[in-house]
Order: sequence, then structure tokens, then C-alpha cells
Amino acid sequence: MRVRLVDIAHARSGDKGDTANVGVIALKPDWYPLIEKTLTRARVKEHFKAVITGDVVRFELPNLKALNFLLHGALDGGGTLSLKTDAQGKVFSTALLRMVIDVPDAEAKALGLPEAR
Amino acid sequence: MSAAPKTVRVAAGQGFWGDSLDAPRQQVERGQVDFLMLDYLAEVTMSILQKQKERDPNMGYARDFIGAIESVLPAVAERGVRVIANAGGVNPKACAAAVRAVLDKHPKGKQVKIGIVTGDDLLPRIDELIGAGHKLESMDTGEPLSTVRDRVIAANAYLGSGPIVEALHQGAGIVITGRSTDTALTMAPLRYTFGWAENDWDKLAAGIIAGHIIECGAQASGGNCLYDWRSIPDLGDVGYPIAEGQADGTFVITKHKGTGGRVSVQSVTEQLVYEMGDPHSYITPDVVADFTSIQLAADGPDRVRVFGIKGRPATDKLKVSIAYKAGFKAVGTLVYSWPDALEKAQVANRIIRERLDRLGLKFDKVLTEFVGADATHGPLTPPIPTDAPEVQFRIGVRGEDKKMVERFTREIAPLVLNGPPSVTGFAGGRPKVEEIVAYWPALVDKRVVTPRVEIA
Repeated sequence: MRVRLVDIAHARSGDKGDTANVGVIALKPDWYPLIEKTLTRARVKEHFKAVITGDVVRFELPNLKALNFLLHGALDGGGTLSLKTDAQGKVFSTALLRMVIDVPDAEAKALGLPEAR
Repeated sequence: MSAAPKTVRVAAGQGFWGDSLDAPRQQVERGQVDFLMLDYLAEVTMSILQKQKERDPNMGYARDFIGAIESVLPAVAERGVRVIANAGGVNPKACAAAVRAVLDKHPKGKQVKIGIVTGDDLLPRIDELIGAGHKLESMDTGEPLSTVRDRVIAANAYLGSGPIVEALHQGAGIVITGRSTDTALTMAPLRYTFGWAENDWDKLAAGIIAGHIIECGAQASGGNCLYDWRSIPDLGDVGYPIAEGQADGTFVITKHKGTGGRVSVQSVTEQLVYEMGDPHSYITPDVVADFTSIQLAADGPDRVRVFGIKGRPATDKLKVSIAYKAGFKAVGTLVYSWPDALEKAQVANRIIRERLDRLGLKFDKVLTEFVGADATHGPLTPPIPTDAPEVQFRIGVRGEDKKMVERFTREIAPLVLNGPPSVTGFAGGRPKVEEIVAYWPALVDKRVVTPRVEIA
């Protein structure tokens, strides 16, 4: 089943220099293991490959049912140097939530995941 | 000192310089609080203040703070609410003098002591430090500061909670700092109230995390909250967050009853991950806090309990925030309407880039965005409908040569008559050329920085 990340997670992002961070949080605690399994560093790096120039680093926060991604080279130099509308990386959060993932039907049903429209 | 109270309430009243002018007063008048914490300094704010001080030696601090003190004067002078703010910028003493003038207008204001924390300003000492072998390498690029030395306009070490605690012990009713960590402004009153030792790492870490949660103001209490955002009530009267701390290092995040917004496990979690680096090691001058130890639990309406926090010993370094001049930039915009809005904006972009080439203008960077089509998510955005009502064409340039950036700003308006049709939205006039003041984060040995506290 196809599932939109925006239907199973919320997120907030910010900046540190030329790096944007995206914290992505499971909407329900039961959905965190699926998110942790699916949103690998490689998967997120592939998602942002046309947007960032540097590497992606992932950290897990199972206590908060959250993952934190650092997207390096995301902000055209960052801060005051950047010419971007989103110079502070505020909406990289929702850019990550554009991702659509494939979940085996049985698992999706057991977890009660909403199907992508 | 008498026995420590069971709880202490630290209220956030300002998340950055430019935040709501009403928030400080709301925090002291709509419920009981012990401390009001005001954060004014973003990363490059110090350089703006440094420029102001160069023009006028009595300037160089966050002037909004003076109005804030006026607005909370009865609470401070009559009820003993204590204020902690990093409003001093690069001139805490001038800030304190302006605050004193306000305090003296109140019959009981004369009794309120002001604590001033200094010692963070390293600008006069840069050559001495470089000469002594401190390279002040950029934490982003690893380059030594000597590469931009002649363009540096501000350099400030981030101080921790120690000098603020000291000022509170000396009886300060208002503590004004220059560059302190945002989180220390909240941790210091907790540490002071409960007498936490300087090596009580778990409790210090808890205070730092309380600070991280409330330092961006209403961003912890329903503002900018994606989770169930439509249902968050009354953001026009949003309640700013309050950390209600206990001696054991646990605390509750809440807000005053009757205010708008929402404090929930989700709103607090969103703020916890904001601007997060490595969650295992949130490094501050006081302690290294571990965000993977944080536990959250709902504790009634608009109350979230925070517990389980672990900390480790602080490092022997302080972060230094350095600002340096890094060229010029300008951004221009025009709006193209239906039909074929995006296509028209794209043609305008080709024309202006051709013009820049013809004029021989060279820039380090030229960036085009189409607002309404791809400005926020770039290539991740699906194509917009061809009948989109309008698209804003936005083009920016950055370079070392101010004249070239100025010449660029003259190329936007002519497109209104010379370019694709159905164009508007140029009433703002020519784009402004901005000097770029860039941020250079570095580390320095703690031993070379000596915080000072004085009472005025």
C-alpha cells in the first residue's frame, strides 16, 4: 500500500549555518518503528538529492518517537549569505513529508495506516 | 536564604528581537511567575548592535528591552518578579543605564538592583588570541579566522549560567547579559533557586532542555505547530510557554490559563527537534545534555511533564560567535498573472540573465525562484497547474562588488515595460542592496574567557 509520510508523521526544521535539520515525529507512537525502518539515511539522501549539495546524517530518538536528519549544503551558504526564500530551512520539514512510502498491505492494515489518495 | 520553594516558574516572554511586544507583560500579569526570561540575540544580531555602537557609544543593545521593562515594571518593582535577558548585546552597561532610568520612575524601582554580566566580548582581543595560538577555526569549514581577520566586526563568547546565578545571589532583580547561551537564561534561575551544584550534570541538563523548549517563545505552545494545526485555538492571544521546575530536575511546560495556543506532547516534541544537531550531545558551557534521555507525558490540559533527563560533564571550550563582512546581495521580485503565469516568469528570468551577461556583471551566485511554483521545495514540487492564477518571479544575486549588485537592482523594473505581459507587483521600488554580515562559529579555550558580574 502507498502511504504518504505527511499522513503518518509531523515535523519541524531549522538551520545551523549551511545545514538544515529536519526532525520527523510519528503521529502515533505505534507508527514509529515503521518510520525508523523506512526513513534510512540513504532514502532521505535520495529524496533530497536535487536540493542539497552535501551529505545526510541520521539520529534516532525513540524516546520522542522521532528521527533527526541533518541535511548538509542545504541553504545556499546559510543564514545571511543565502539568497533562498527559505534561507533558515524552516520548510525542509514539509519537503521531507512529501515522501510517499510502500508498506506491505498486511502491515499497513495492522497499523491502521491511511492509504495515499 | 530561606528553604527553597517546591516549584519555580520561569516564563519566556521573547523568542527573538522582533517578537511580540505584548508577551512580556502578558507573562507577568495573566498568572503567577517567579522569573521572566527574554531572549533577544540571534546569531548575527551582535554585528548589527556593534554597528549601532560604532555610530553612538550609548547604543549597541536591544532597545525593545527598555519598553519591555516599562511594561512589566509593576510586577518587577512591587511583586519581585525577576527578569533575565541577553538584551545587553555589545553594550550591557548602556542597557543597564537605560533600564535604571525606567526603574527610577517607579516609587519602588530604586530598590531594584541590576546585575550586569560582561566578559563575552572578544573583539578587542582577537589579535591577542590569534597571536597566542588560538586559531578560532570555523566550525563549518575548518579555516582559521586569520583568513577573514580584516573583515571581522564582532566576536563574542557564549557564556553559561554561572555569572547569571552569581548576579541572582547578589540580589539582582534584573540580570542583563551580552552573549549568553539562550538556554542559560532559563537554567540559571532554576539552578539558583534549587542550589544545584556545578557538577550536578543531570539537573543542569534538565535546566538546559527546559531552556531549549521555551527559548523560542510560542513555538512551544502552539505557534508554528504542524501537528493538528487547524485545531489549535486562539493564536491571536497565544500564551507563551512557562517552565515550572522542581528541585529534582523534573519540570512541566505549561502556559497561563485563559490564553490561546496549546501545550501538548506534540507541540513540545516539535520544539525539542527544532535546530537539533546530534541529540546525544547538546553542548553548552555548563553541561552536555542528552536529548535521547528526555521523557514526556501529558499532565492535564496544556501541561506536559518532562523527566528522565541525563547530562554529562561540560567540555573545556566555549563557542564563539564571530561576524564578518562577506560582500553584498540584492533580491528583486515581479508578479506575473494568468494566463501562462509560470511561463511568463520563466521568460522574464531568461531576459534578465541575458541582460546581466550583456552588461558584463559577475556574481558569486545568481538564484532564481518562482514563488507559487517551486520556491520552498524546489525540484521536489510537482508541476503547478497551467492555469495557476499568478507566479512571483524572484531573482537574487550575491557578490563582492557592490557596484555590480547595485547595477543589478536597476534591471528589474524595466522588465515591466520591456518583458513578458501581465506583470505587476513592482510597487516596492528598486531592490535594496544589503551588505552581508556572515556568521563564523568557532571554539575557544574556556580559560581565556573571564565572565564578570557587577551590580548597578
